[in-house]
Amino acid sequence: MATNDLSPAPVDPAAPVDAEILVLVAHPELDQSRANRRLLQAARALQRKSPPGRLAVRDLYALYPDYLIDIAVEQAALNAAKLVVWQQPIRWYSMPPLLKLWLDDVLTFGWAYGPDGNALRGKDLWLVASTGGPEDSYRPESYNRYFFDAFLPPYEQTAALCGMRFLPPLILHGAHKASEAELAAHAETYAQRLADYPVWPEIDLVEDCVECAVPPSARPTDRVVELA
Amino acid sequence: MEHSAWLTGSLIYLAAAVIAVPLARFFKLGSIIGYLGAGILIGPWGLKLVTRPEDMLQFAEFGVVLMLFLVGLELEPQRLWSLRKPIFGWGSVQLFGSALLLALGALACGIDWRLAVVAALGLAMSSTAIGLGVLAERNVMGTTSGEAILSVALLQDIAAIPILALVPFLAIAGADSGESSWLRLALAIGTIAVIILGGRLLLRPALRWIANSETPEIFTAASLLLVVATAALMNAVGLSMALGAFLAGVLLAESEYRRELETDIEPFKGLLLGLFFIAVGMSIDFAVVIAQPLLIAATVVGFLLIKAGVLWAMARTMPIPQLERPVFIILLAQGGEFGFVVFQTAALAGVISAPVSSFLVAAVTISMLLTPLMLFAADRWWIPFLAGGKKVIEEIKEPQNEPVIIAGFGRYGQIVGRMLFANGVRPTVLDHDAEQIEAMRRFGWRVYYGDATRLDLMRTAGADKARVIVVAIDDIEQSIDCVKMIRANFPNAAVVARARNVQHYYELYELGVTLIERETLDSALMSARSALEVLGWQPHRARNLALRFRRHNVAQLAATAPLRKDEARLIAAAKQGRQQLEELFALERQQATERQSRAGWSGTADP
Repeated sequence: MATNDLSPAPVDPAAPVDAEILVLVAHPELDQSRANRRLLQAARALQRKSPPGRLAVRDLYALYPDYLIDIAVEQAALNAAKLVVWQQPIRWYSMPPLLKLWLDDVLTFGWAYGPDGNALRGKDLWLVASTGGPEDSYRPESYNRYFFDAFLPPYEQTAALCGMRFLPPLILHGAHKASEAELAAHAETYAQRLADYPVWPEIDLVEDCVECAVPPSARPTDRVVELA
Repeated sequence: MEHSAWLTGSLIYLAAAVIAVPLARFFKLGSIIGYLGAGILIGPWGLKLVTRPEDMLQFAEFGVVLMLFLVGLELEPQRLWSLRKPIFGWGSVQLFGSALLLALGALACGIDWRLAVVAALGLAMSSTAIGLGVLAERNVMGTTSGEAILSVALLQDIAAIPILALVPFLAIAGADSGESSWLRLALAIGTIAVIILGGRLLLRPALRWIANSETPEIFTAASLLLVVATAALMNAVGLSMALGAFLAGVLLAESEYRRELETDIEPFKGLLLGLFFIAVGMSIDFAVVIAQPLLIAATVVGFLLIKAGVLWAMARTMPIPQLERPVFIILLAQGGEFGFVVFQTAALAGVISAPVSSFLVAAVTISMLLTPLMLFAADRWWIPFLAGGKKVIEEIKEPQNEPVIIAGFGRYGQIVGRMLFANGVRPTVLDHDAEQIEAMRRFGWRVYYGDATRLDLMRTAGADKARVIVVAIDDIEQSIDCVKMIRANFPNAAVVARARNVQHYYELYELGVTLIERETLDSALMSARSALEVLGWQPHRARNLALRFRRHNVAQLAATAPLRKDEARLIAAAKQGRQQLEELFALERQQATERQSRAGWSGTADP
């Protein structure tokens, strides 16, 4: 029988979340994960040591097994946060479906972006991801054909559109074959980063978010019917 | 004059049935005893409303014919073929075993050997009408005992042919023609062959042609004609009409018209069968009974006991599940309508005298009258005694230590169990319904007998070590008792509970259970989704709405739980909650419509 030591008690998805750092974990098969499972455990361990209001860890697949995201709770959690962490495996050069649905549902027009969509302005977004393929597969001559950086623009631009600063991602390549030592070191780095935030050596080097205001004309606001 | 007689007759029969049957059912005696009682009441020994019951009996026998046609319809040829062993094996054991013992018993009492043989053969028969009628009424045709009873009844139908043919030979004077009986045998076989071949080749095309005429009453007429014609054909060559109808039924069991034939014939069968029982009730000759009350009582008790002994031995060796044995024994121990025919034939042939014949007929009728009463008694005392007193199914004794215990293995628990099982989890299953357990065991489930509200049994089932206890008991009171006991004694086990309704949900909630599912909520929401989809909602949207409705509904339930004893506030809160959700959904529909008209899309958000 598969045991799940990752969700210790039944969680109430509707319980309010109020923390400076909001870690959103999205892994569809956490029980089979090597990297993300350790990372989640490390984050949870840190959460237990942290004072209230410092760190919240939300396992999206455990909270929303039926893919029915509680938008109000998620937006409230974002409101309270300074740093938002997306902890996920890279799936098909992108994010797992529930995280994408979370974007679609939670980051709404007029709230996260667009006119008056300033809820996330000034916050930080940190991508913590793992890939199955090793780093050298992300090269023009190998099977992934592109450097890994080539897959990051959608993330960066999502942050930018919401006025968030996109912090340098923490990526573990070749998660399938990573040694125990490598995994342990990776989790250690992750926990250290979470603990130190916002005191990161390179954080001042990160450029402020590019302003990308959506002009009012981008979306028709009157009720005149235009044919697209 | 003729006309009014017919009207009066109908009036009497229908009124008697309409009054007596609901009355009998009210006292939980079954409809058959109601019909029999009605017959006695209106018969020559009751209110004398009907004086010549024999005529009615002959007409009403057709109900038995229709019933066997319907039984045949339920039995595809392959299944009948697979029943050949029980039919010819166990059927012969019952008929000839009983007949032999009865004849020996009669001889031992110093009765003439010819009378002994006729009486034995006639009394060894059982009432197909009551037997199959009771099986249908209790919906147990498919059980082991049901199939056994059907098999024996079929063999009796088959055996009736040679028995009726041979009885006249017992008369000293009846040695008329050996060759005519050979001729009759050949005719019989020929007729059966005609029915089988005709049924295979002609019936279906004929029915299709009739069905294509699209006149429902003509199809009904054709159905009846089919049965009547088969019966008449069989009757003409001296075979059992019921057997012919049964054969026709089997031949049509695989046809596409099976359901239609069933619904067409069913009401005729029901009424005629009722009439048959009324006729049986009427034809009890109380003069014979009053003349020799002790002798007739001894005869009835004697032949019932001998037949029951044979049946008991059969039930043990077949074997028939212990709880089904009482019904099996009682239904086949009684005498039957074939007995009437055997005695009549014998009397006509001069093998037995007319008074002896009516004595035997009375004995058979009384046994048929006793059968529903005995069944009633068996249900009240015998079967509970087998089930409870002797603990037929032993209570769980060996300690179990599976991680999951399922208490209650009805409709709900079974689905939970199957899902767990499919994923390699072997739950320990407890149920206290002995019949249910037997049925489940036949499907290969390891189900233990035990009352899940008892602490000692739960401990044996491994509640100390279990991580999850699924309480799927359907009785609300027992479910609450069980949960209380678990919470008090096995606090480490998570309780996953089935709630029958909202009140049950509240009670479980107050006991601290968090994993509660109302048994109809999710299936009803699936139906709501289907309805929205038919109306044009996008399937995925319907799904989202259903899930959100569910979330709101469950949250609402938790919020109102503290108010549950204050009805007025509970109703107010429920109304408010419903209104909130309706407003929310309405607002979203409006926003979607606005968004679409802004974007210039055609159509509306929701149809």
